[in-house]
Amino acid sequence: MIYERRASPMHAARAAASGAWCVALAGAALAFHHPVVLGALLVAVLGGAAGARVGGEVVRILRFALPFALFVALINPLISRNGLTVIARLGEVPPFGELDITLEALAYGATFGLRLLVVVLAFAVATYAVDPDEVLRLFRRVSFRSALTAALAVRLVPVLHSDARRLAEARRCRADGEASRMAVLRAVTAGALDRATDVAATLEVRGYATGGRSQAAGRPRSRHDRWFMASAAAVVALAVGAKAGGIAAFQAFPSLEMPVGAAELVLAAAFVVVALLPFLDRRGIAP
Amino acid sequence: MISFDRVTYTYAGASSPALVDVSFAVEPGEFVVVAGLSGSGKSTVVRAACGLVPHFHGGEFGGRVVVEGLDTREHGPGEIAAVAGTLAQDPETQVVLGTVRAELAFPLENRGHGAAAIARGVEEAALALGIAHLLDRQTSTLSGGELQRVALAGALAGRPQVVLLDEPTSQLDPVAGDELVWLLRRLNEEWGTTVVLVEHRLERCLPAADRVLAFDRGRLGCDAPPRAFLEWAAAEAPPLETPAARLLARAGLRPPPTGVKEARATLRAHGLLPDEGVRPLESTPLKGSDPGPGGRGRGPLRRLLGGGRSAEPAALRFDGVWHELKGGRALLRGVDLVLRPGERVALVGRNGAGKSTLLRHAAGLLQPTRGTVEAAGRVALLLQNPNDYLLHERVGDEAPAAARAAAGLDVAEDRHPRDLSGGERERLALAVVLGADASPPAAVCLDEPTRGLDRAAKDELAARLRGLADAGSAVLVAVHDPEFAAVFAERVVLLADGRPIADGSTSDVLAGGWYFATETARVLGGAGGALLPDEGADLLLRTTTAQMTP
Repeated sequence: MIYERRASPMHAARAAASGAWCVALAGAALAFHHPVVLGALLVAVLGGAAGARVGGEVVRILRFALPFALFVALINPLISRNGLTVIARLGEVPPFGELDITLEALAYGATFGLRLLVVVLAFAVATYAVDPDEVLRLFRRVSFRSALTAALAVRLVPVLHSDARRLAEARRCRADGEASRMAVLRAVTAGALDRATDVAATLEVRGYATGGRSQAAGRPRSRHDRWFMASAAAVVALAVGAKAGGIAAFQAFPSLEMPVGAAELVLAAAFVVVALLPFLDRRGIAP
Repeated sequence: MISFDRVTYTYAGASSPALVDVSFAVEPGEFVVVAGLSGSGKSTVVRAACGLVPHFHGGEFGGRVVVEGLDTREHGPGEIAAVAGTLAQDPETQVVLGTVRAELAFPLENRGHGAAAIARGVEEAALALGIAHLLDRQTSTLSGGELQRVALAGALAGRPQVVLLDEPTSQLDPVAGDELVWLLRRLNEEWGTTVVLVEHRLERCLPAADRVLAFDRGRLGCDAPPRAFLEWAAAEAPPLETPAARLLARAGLRPPPTGVKEARATLRAHGLLPDEGVRPLESTPLKGSDPGPGGRGRGPLRRLLGGGRSAEPAALRFDGVWHELKGGRALLRGVDLVLRPGERVALVGRNGAGKSTLLRHAAGLLQPTRGTVEAAGRVALLLQNPNDYLLHERVGDEAPAAARAAAGLDVAEDRHPRDLSGGERERLALAVVLGADASPPAAVCLDEPTRGLDRAAKDELAARLRGLADAGSAVLVAVHDPEFAAVFAERVVLLADGRPIADGSTSDVLAGGWYFATETARVLGGAGGALLPDEGADLLLRTTTAQMTP
């Protein structure tokens, strides 16, 4: 999971703008349960990933996230006792006891899984298309040490990944082939400590502990900053407006209420359009 | 600028001190090389000078270290960083941020410089190191050489008066390593930056040095200019002698040269170089250069080229091997290579030439996208970092007793693998991949096994590899060190851009090059195919005798 500057409008925007776009979409997903809206937000996020030329990476994350989303969708009807519309009576099922599957619990689980998917993918887009160094600069004013720790933790992920790959290769080269996965895991863990120590030493000799906290000048504002800021603001405005207007309301219990009218469809289309508009301007996007 | 006053230091938990009563001073603008065998305390000197010892590493510290007026007992590494830039061995852990620009700005931001001063500092450091074109690149996409330059630029951003470097060239190919040393020399000459450089390969940096500090088991054994150091090394620490110094010493010529230029000047003065027109060095092959079972000369080895011309069965055969990355470049481009049983082959080339990829194909860790790899049996592969093979708490648990005994580690059964020296770890890792099979592997491949090893450890490794070849295994070693290749190999394959561009006897390939040549070959201009000091001295003595013969 490594950020890499690419020729896309999102990479050309500064972290504040592109990060705001990702957070706005994730926030909108958390604000709604309505599957049509969540579906539209999923389309917006995937479209944004494609527009930012990180589609392949985000689809790889999707492959990991999908089983979790399905798990959430399926576990809810097993543990929820709410809902009036019984669609299956499974009888006594340990450890759940008497088990009735309701349509409402199933729908609630499905929307929750969909929501999880949108949030995970929005942050996946942020991981691949928002410059972590700029994010560090944004947050260091608030909490320098926390921001740095977070940035270094993110940086250690690819380093440890490559360590683990090397150790796995070395394991395949052993004549006895007997090294257990546990031994490899232990070695990676020990290696992680060594790595962390080395990075900490580097921070020391780069003067991290001295307390100076100035900042290099960031990239100049570009047209793409305005586009993504406007898009993020529009997504937030749509979400707030729809909530205030009672559009796309969703109620799972006790019985399912999920209106799908013109207002919901227009809202869903609006989310997709305003989210993807910034990707149409492709001037000045070369790294 | 830097002064050590009776410094004694023991790492936390260590049984013996890493530095013992060390005193010396470095003057402003000096270029000082720190030499010594593995474990002699060289790296600890750098850590003490930058304040990591004792502030970061703990342990027991006695004496006084002062850097540009800052006493390290009172000022930590962060404060010393304002006057001394530090660079360690592994570039991967030297870079902490995502882009080159952010990395160079980071130390300046930590020192509280204004935005304009930071921008200027970044620009100047990038220009000085020749990495301005990399400023907006992601650090994760840089090669090892580029990464090391970026790390050095990070250490130099803000123009510290001193730069402390701990084996910065150990992971670089000869070209990038030489470039880095000359870059340091330029910074030293043009900016007046004081340089303290720890280095194993002294032949690379002595020509640039003003002084050498040589350590032996934590004690300062020699503090002298390069030529005086070489005289001391000849008497007290032969493993520290450079190849050129050994060449001239064995030929009875003085003074010891600090580099190729001086060595050639001495030879010219004695009428032993062709451009002096007296009587040139003989260009006939050396005595004993016939390949034979253990030799490394010319002639019959040529049969190995082109593959399949020999009737002898191949131990390892690459037949039109390509490795193409999906959506990316080709790392190997139609490699044809045949290794016979018992053959010792060195694979040389720049970083990124495809050496490691080729070895991974040999061992089946990678599959060719085109072509085939065939082996006559098991292929043992030792990858770059021997620590990756050491997974247990005891040496005895890592490899069978017979394999440990063959590696000379049968007495270290109860030690922790991490407590072994670099050379011992290399041998133990080799024992892990070789196992205790009665029959030797068809081929043994090693990827950069000499990193961080001193000459004594390299000689031990070369002897072990010769033993494996004598037992019937083909041995293929990817290596950046031409001196090691000359000691160990009988054949050298030079790889560039994913394909072999030269393949011949060691003498043919290493005597005729410049970067991929031993220092002896560079001094002698490749005459007689002499690669090692003893061979070169033999050639010089024969030439001298011939000159004296009427």
